[in-house]
Parts: sequence; C-alpha cells; structure tokens
Amino acid sequence: MRDIAVVASMQRQEKSIDNESEVEYMVPLMHGVKESIGITQADVGFTCSGSSDFIAGQAFSFVMTVDGANPVPPISESHVEMDGAWALYEAWVKMQTGEIDIALIYGYSKSSGGSLRDVLATQMEPFYVAPLWPDAFAIEALAARQLIESGKVSLEQLAEIASRSRDHAATNPNAVRTTAKSVADIMAEAPLMDPLRPSDIPASADGGCALILAAGDRAKDLCERPAWIRGIDHRTDAHTLGVRDLTTSMSARIAGEKAGVGNDKVDFAELYAPFTTSEFILTEALGLGEDTVINPSGGTLGAHTMMASGLIRIAEAAQRITNGDGDRAVATAGSGPNLQQNLVCVLEGE
Amino acid sequence: MSKQRAAVIGVGQTKYASTRGDVSMAGLVREAAYRALEMAGKTWADIDAVVLGKAPDFFEGVMMPEIYLAEALGCVGKPILRVHTAGSVGGSTAVVATSLVQGGIHGTVLTLGFEKQSESNAMWALSLPSPFTTSINAGAGGYFSPIIRRYMEYSGAPELIGCMVALKDRQHALNNPYAHVQDHELTFDKVVESPMLWDPIRYSETCPSSDGACAMILTDETGAEAHDGPVAWIHGTAMRSEANNYGGRNVVSPKASEDCAADVFAQAGITNPREQIDAVEMYVPFSWYEPMWLESLGFAEKGEGWRMVESGATNMVGGDLPVNCSGGVLSTNPIGASGMIRFAEAALQVMGEAGAHQVDGAKTAFGHAYGGGAQYYAMWVVGAEKP
Amino acid sequence: MGYNQDPSVQPDALSGKVTLPASLDDVEMVQAVRTPAAIDYIATPGASLSAYLRGMKQKKILGDVCPVTGQVFVPPRGVSPVSGQRTTEMVEVSDQGYVESFNVTRLPIKSRPDLKPPYVSAWVVPDGSNVGSIALVAGIEPEEVRIGMRVGAVWKPDDELEESAANILHWEPTGEPDVVLDDLRIIGKPGDNQ
Repeated sequence: MRDIAVVASMQRQEKSIDNESEVEYMVPLMHGVKESIGITQADVGFTCSGSSDFIAGQAFSFVMTVDGANPVPPISESHVEMDGAWALYEAWVKMQTGEIDIALIYGYSKSSGGSLRDVLATQMEPFYVAPLWPDAFAIEALAARQLIESGKVSLEQLAEIASRSRDHAATNPNAVRTTAKSVADIMAEAPLMDPLRPSDIPASADGGCALILAAGDRAKDLCERPAWIRGIDHRTDAHTLGVRDLTTSMSARIAGEKAGVGNDKVDFAELYAPFTTSEFILTEALGLGEDTVINPSGGTLGAHTMMASGLIRIAEAAQRITNGDGDRAVATAGSGPNLQQNLVCVLEGE
Repeated sequence: MSKQRAAVIGVGQTKYASTRGDVSMAGLVREAAYRALEMAGKTWADIDAVVLGKAPDFFEGVMMPEIYLAEALGCVGKPILRVHTAGSVGGSTAVVATSLVQGGIHGTVLTLGFEKQSESNAMWALSLPSPFTTSINAGAGGYFSPIIRRYMEYSGAPELIGCMVALKDRQHALNNPYAHVQDHELTFDKVVESPMLWDPIRYSETCPSSDGACAMILTDETGAEAHDGPVAWIHGTAMRSEANNYGGRNVVSPKASEDCAADVFAQAGITNPREQIDAVEMYVPFSWYEPMWLESLGFAEKGEGWRMVESGATNMVGGDLPVNCSGGVLSTNPIGASGMIRFAEAALQVMGEAGAHQVDGAKTAFGHAYGGGAQYYAMWVVGAEKP
Repeated sequence: MGYNQDPSVQPDALSGKVTLPASLDDVEMVQAVRTPAAIDYIATPGASLSAYLRGMKQKKILGDVCPVTGQVFVPPRGVSPVSGQRTTEMVEVSDQGYVESFNVTRLPIKSRPDLKPPYVSAWVVPDGSNVGSIALVAGIEPEEVRIGMRVGAVWKPDDELEESAANILHWEPTGEPDVVLDDLRIIGKPGDNQ
C-alpha cells in the first residue's frame, strides 16, 4: 500500500449553528485547512465529501456545499451519502491507484434543523420497522438492555464511561457537553430511555470537519509529523433486528483485524461511539486494553455531529499524533442503528 | 504502487418499468445483482466489497438505504460504500468500484445502482419547498430547457433535431428487451406533435421515470484473465464537478464536461474519439443533449453536433458513431441507475453481449453520465483488448 | 455465462417458489404499502440569504461580492465558487436586467397553483450581477420573449412587502433595445480577475 497521511484538519462543532447555512460555516474550514498548509485547490487532486439529504431536509443538499471547494476551474470530486470518514476512505482508495497525491475531504451536517431521532427512524427497514417510527435512542436501548442483562457491563461501568468522556470533553474547545459529572451523579440520573440515561446518549451538535490527505514525500513536505494511515477497513453487520447479537460488533472486529489494530500497542483511540454502550462494545471488539486512552477528545459523548463525527475522530487522532502526544492511534467511524457499520483506521507517527 | 488493471466480467439489469410493483427495493437490487453474478460465473462468496449508488434518499423515503439493504446485497461482514453524486451517480459509483480494484484494495467488487421512483413522487422529492426562494420550475426540464434554447440559438440547429434524437432512441429501445419505453407505433410525426412541456422541450423529448437496478461485477487482471467468458477491460475513468452558477460559465458545454472527456480519452489513448470509439452510451435525458454532448465531448466540432444527428451518424443502422443503442435515458430512467446503465451497456458492447442492439465488432465503447445543473460528470472507456 | 438477453428469465437463485401455508394460497399479493411519513425541519437561511430577504422587504436586491474576483452573486449564498471563499461584502444590484434564456412552461406545477400555463420561466441577470437566476417574465406574449430582452422587476404593493423573494411578482419588458450576447454558450459576465 502507498503511504498516505493526514497532514491537516479543521473542525467546528456547536450545539446549534443558527446564523449560518451549511456552506457558510463549512467554507472557512474547507478553505482554511488548505490555507493552513499553504496549498490551494489547484494542488488538490481529488475532493470527496460526506453528508445526508435526510438530515438537511433537502434533496441534492451536497450540491449547495460543493461551491466551497472552489470548483472553478472544475475539480475531480465525489460524494458519499455517509459519514465523511467514508469520503476519506474513497479518497485513500483513489490515492492507492497512484493517480493523485493530495485530497481534500469534508463532512458536515446541521441536525438541529430536524428531530434527529425521527430522521434516523427512516433508516430502519421500511416495511416492518420504520412505520413504527422507532426512536434512535430506543433502538440503542435494546442493545443496552441486552448488554446489562448478559452481565457484560454494569450501569456503573457505563456511568464511568460517561463521566470520563465529560472530563475529556472539558479539555476540547469543540465539545458541547463539557460539564463534569461524577459517576454517582450519573447513576442518579432518571433514565431517558431505560436503561439509557441522559449522560449515556450522544451530545448532538451542528458542524463539520475538513481534512487533507497527502501521499509519501508530499505529506512530509506539508507536515512536520504526518499521521500515517497504516491500516483502514470498514465492514457492515446485518440490519434486521433480531439477527444480530447486539452485545458485540462483528463489523468492528473484522475491520479492526483487517486494519491491524492488534499489531502493536495503541496509545489512544478515538471511537465513534454515540452511546456509552457503543464505546463498551467497540473497545471489546477492537481488543483495546487498559493501556489505551479512550476518546481523549471526549468523543461523541462530548460532541456528535452526524456525517462528520467519524471524520472528526480521525482528525482528532491525527492531530494528537502530529502534536507528538502518542505514536499509534486508532480512530473509528460508524453508521446505522446499533453501530451497524464500522470503519477502523490505524494511524502512526512514524 | 502503480495502478492495477480492472475489467467488467458481469452485467445484470432488471426489467425497467414505471412501477416494479412485483418486487421490493431489496428484490429489485437482488434481481440485478444475481444476473450480474450469473454472467460472471460468481457467487456472493466471491464478492469482496459492494459499492452502491443511488440518487436522493427522498425518492424512496428510506434514509441511507444501503443500511437496510445490507443483507439483500450480500455484504454482511463485508465493506459497502454508498455514493451519491446527483444524476451522474450511477457512473461515479462504477468509477469508485473501479478504483477499489485499480488501487489493489479488492480483487472482485459488485457495483450496483438503483432507483425505485414509483415509491414516492419524484417531482416532490426534487422540489421540497424552501421558504426562501420562489418556485416556478417544474422538474429538471424547467432547468435544462433554457440551456437547450441557448444551444439552439448558438448553433442555428433546425428546430426538429431534438425530435430526431427522440425517435432514434425510442427505436433503439425496441431492440433492448430491458428498456422501459417500448413504443412500436411511434412515428416522427407523433414525436413532433407531442405537447410542449417546457418549450422548446416536448413531452416526447423527455426521459421517463423508471424503477430499476443495474449491476456489474468488476475484477482485477488475474480474475479477468482466468475468467471463462466475455470481458470488458477498463481503459480509463474520470470524474469532474464544477459550480452551478458563476459569471462566464459555458453552460452549453461546461468546462467540467470537456475536462472530464479530455482526461478519460487521454487515459485510453484516444486522440480522435469519433474514429476510435465504436459505440457511445451517453446520458441524454432531454433529446437536445445528444448534439450538445457530441460537441462537448469532442465527437463533433463546436456548433456542428446537430449535423451528425441530422445525417443519421448516431443511428445504430447506418451510423458511424452509434449513440445509445440501448435506447438511452430517453427510454429508461431509474435515476440512480441511469449512469451505471450507460457504463454497463458500453461494457456489453465490447463484450459482444448486447444482443439485438449489438454494434458489430465494437472494440472500444464510451459510457457517460452527468448530473446536477450539468455540473457533475463521470465517464469511462472500455475495450475488448487489455489496455 | 453470457449476458441474460431475456428479462423474463429469472436468475436461477430467484426462480424458486415460496411455499405458503395452504390457507394463504389464494391470498392476493400485496403490491404496495403506503406509509405516510412527515418530518418537520427548521430551515436556516444563513447570513447572506437572511440579509437578502431583509433587503427584499425594502425593495432592494442584494448580492454577494467575491473577495477575490469581484463577481457579484444574486441571490447570495455566502460563498464564491470562483475563489472558494466566504463572501464578506454585499452590494445592491439593480431591479432592471436582461433575459439570459427562458422556457415557455406549458404544464401546471403543484407548488404554484397561481401560475396559469403557459408562462415564461427565464434566467434574468439584474444589472450589477454577474449571474442570472430563475424568474417569471410576464406582461408580454410568451412567443415574443427573446434572449437578450431588457426587463424590470414588478414589485408587490409596498404594504404587502415581506422578507421574501416573492416580493418580485415577475419581470416585464422595459422596451429598451435588446442586449447582444457575445457568446450564446456563456452565461453571466466574467469577473474582472477572470
């Protein structure tokens, strides 16, 4: 495989961005990330983005945003109706063909415009399940119930995940849920969707992320310490409720193996884990041990921007590598109910 | 690491119709996928990854339907990517799948585009009310008809060139049993007499709204050489996008279209497309786009594309550059699949598998798709010979 | 292993018959299930469009200026595609302009029951803007509309003005001589730096 690295990223996440449209708040990121390393769109060989029409409430919503990529003169460009992490994957694949050296990737959404819980219900199987409008939290609560009943995890352990995420988020200027809360206080929270409590669920945000990938020597030119992608893979589980064991994640396990997570010590992991339960499942599926710091940014419990959260995990992990905070990191992205789909990316400093 | 070779070894399509009420979305995609697998002599177990494309999720009312379709597409435990680049999506999806093979990531990939437009109202899905703008455009024809008028004025083309294209593509469709529109009684007079919807576009000059899916199996050089059956080698792929509205934009022949064609032809070693390409499958949702694309893509001089139409050069019978022998988008339009159908039909031509609409001895074929406000492009060149 | 030339021939894997309990043998196949869905969204116009809508209430048409090329975009969206940068300056453009191209729409559209076909849907470029946008042209027989024709905005009465693009009822001919377009393939006016 060709050596490809994350060389720069920019993100913005806020509880609700009311005064700017998606393209208006994305342009400073898309332009700014290029400016930060002294390149222009003319240096970019491929541009790829991730977003969702259902979240925007508009068909072809991504067409409104491509103007921010400076597509005059025309650019080589693509879009996935997935988290921006898969846009990064598509760009990484394109770079493996040797055709291009630099790629611009972005992902975004402004979910505050609609009820995300209702919107996500339209992802469900359309004949038996979606007509019941199952709330996205209710679907995850099924997994939480199975986990607890199976004895794999306790409510207290989940509260520990929530409490630690809040502490980490407090150090992250882009996080939106940053107030500290003790395990005891979280244990005392009234369940929102029993057994899930308010602290177990994601901290929804509006925002986005733009990121630059570069290959080989170009990466070294553009960044003192590039975050090299040493492995990247993604897999899906079955969708049908009832055919999966919701207490584990086959897709994350396979993607983790293919990406080579276990080949060496992992200093830290940025996991796309909207719920405390998802973090528990992912940590186990990826075989991450005590010596790995989980979600130093606070993760999606600190700020969760649909369609960008996965890309932001990669950006957060890469930034820490570039800063020299560690040598080897894992970042994941997810999609679908009960983390049906998972992408795993291994990043290294050398 | 340099680029690997990639080839098509299987093509599968569903029968296209305004409503495929006999199958669900899952049934629709499986029908196309199984046919592609059968042609390739493969089973689900041979597939390393799936790349799915379709147009806006609002068409079927299911958000990110690849999630619900995971089992139907046989990808549990495997990777699935979902591409969406407006009308060009079927083509872009095939390009992404090609990259997976060319980048050495996977050996064998299933790529599929679909749309089940009957499951919602397309006009509604495309024009969700925005509180900020005034709506006076009925569908895509409202957008593209002023562009067509510019072309007509610029080129001085005779008024009925569009009708000639419409008749030709509908006649071609009679040789393609999968095509949606099959009108054996259609005559040139009927095309001309058809009501104007968005003057200068007649009803007869617009594409239908279809249900359907199209699938292809792509494989690497080893797989293609070991394959006991017809193969379409991929000689080049390209994608380009440009902004929809800026001062000085060439709207009749957008720069993105010209750049994309130049890129894909350079990859395929094509210097004279009209001479070197034997069959063209181009995305013509409104009849006038045939002469417009002929010029933009370099098959004709600027302002002269209509002369090729008028002379019958793009007819399957007697033409030197047969365009849309399958009947094209004017005869079949499941939006998310329409681009992939162009790519797949180009592959069938060089495989010699196009049946009644086969161009004799086709060795090199061109597949083309566009979308948005004529701003998103995907193209490929396939050949019978290994590049 | 050739291509299946006959769509009525199902792939082997799909040709199997589903066995139902005998009691369901004669039950008619369900062809469609209607599941009405509704989701409410709050749309955000954003900074530029918001200023544009406020301008409309004062019968002013505002456009965005590209910070690099000086191109003016109407309606504004806060970004210049020609520089890929956020626009920071807005200018008022004229409510007079010309028809860049048009169609004569002869079918009704659901969202505008007030529009009686045939009507003219045109790209109108206001003076001072580099780009056109879709607008209604009226006050003239559809057959007489021309590319390059000069038009002016017809506004709603002052007491009916709101923050809405609908304040311009339509555009109608001014009677000035037609604009001659240099290249009929090109839309809008290129910016100074282009």
